[in-house]
Amino acid sequence: MNEQAIKDLLYKLADDQLILGHRNSEWTGFGPILEEDIAFSSMAQDKIGHSLAFYTLLQELGEADPDTVAFTRNANQFHNSQLVELPNGEYDFSLIRHFMYDNAEIIRFEMLSQSSYEPIAKVATKLKGEVKYHVLHANTWIKNLGSSTEEAILRLQSALNEALPYALGMFEKSKYEQELIDAGVYAGEEAVKAEWLKRIQVVLEKTDLKLPDLTSINPKFGGRYGEHTEYLQPLLDEMAEVFKIDPTAEW
Amino acid sequence: MNLTNENILTLLEEVKDPEIPVLSLVDLGVITGVEISEDDHVTVNMTPTFAGCPAMDYMKKDVERTLEKHGISNYTVNMTFDKPWDSNKLSEKGRQHLKEFGLAPPPKYDVILDLDILEHVACPYCDSENTTLRTPFGPTLCRSMHYCNDCKQMFEQFKPL
Repeated sequence: MNEQAIKDLLYKLADDQLILGHRNSEWTGFGPILEEDIAFSSMAQDKIGHSLAFYTLLQELGEADPDTVAFTRNANQFHNSQLVELPNGEYDFSLIRHFMYDNAEIIRFEMLSQSSYEPIAKVATKLKGEVKYHVLHANTWIKNLGSSTEEAILRLQSALNEALPYALGMFEKSKYEQELIDAGVYAGEEAVKAEWLKRIQVVLEKTDLKLPDLTSINPKFGGRYGEHTEYLQPLLDEMAEVFKIDPTAEW
Repeated sequence: MNLTNENILTLLEEVKDPEIPVLSLVDLGVITGVEISEDDHVTVNMTPTFAGCPAMDYMKKDVERTLEKHGISNYTVNMTFDKPWDSNKLSEKGRQHLKEFGLAPPPKYDVILDLDILEHVACPYCDSENTTLRTPFGPTLCRSMHYCNDCKQMFEQFKPL
């Protein structure tokens, strides 16, 4: 198997989780209710732990150590989807993004747990159990708020419309896509997306929210190839601020 | 001391989860294997409960300190996902200790975990199953928060995984 293809896959998995983990952590102290403050903070911790598991696999393939990889690259070296780097906005946007992202993430992990590349399969087997809780959290809130007051429904629908092109951007294909599929390493973005649409529809059908017609939407691609919005670099600067004061410090 | 797997596991009973001090790492199920080579090199394999658990590094160092304290200097402690942790790996003794500590032990499940079981967690104080999940996230990654509708108390559960 082409090692570059495996690395490309690991980078996109790890970077998505690191960046969304950081965004989730920005809710600490600001959640609309205490339980939500704790939930987003816990998911931040989980996601950063998940990124560490994948950066560790990269290190085993000869890449730099996880801290160096996480804290010293510039935006154009990151492979995350643009969805995860967008600012948190208000709670409605964070919730919709969380719903869309985690419903895709769990499918990736379920599929990767069957991967022919054993190190990824082992990590994915472990992480899919943890992400179940993130999906439970997202689906519960979308079901509750998506069929509650007029304001809640309106806000969530508007956040959904805004996030959707970016959510579809999560499924941007790698330049090694076919190679990974043929080798049984990864089922590929088309397969993940098809299953994702089914699962989010099941939840949305229980609410007053509507998924816009996908044919009229241009996915926001580019993230997997280092093209990012103006929001990623400031996020990275803030995330690495302490690390960069003394990169050799022992913590 | 005779170096055998059993002896090493007995020593490791001393190492407790720093956030749940009644629970040993052996009962928690995070010690996945002990190997002793012909030249008496001790290898302890560990696996995290939750991948992002900040206590794992501390637990690993605690295992190393405990081995050293008992005069074992030729050792390696590995943290891997080779045998991933799930909550069915908690021992019966560990479950009992959790309950005494006031934490509901995770229910056992077959093969696939359905999170619907979170709606009927037995209260560690009065054993009632008339409980409500308040949030799947708690003060640490491995705990969820519940309310007992009978004894009217909030309680935490060690999450099934």
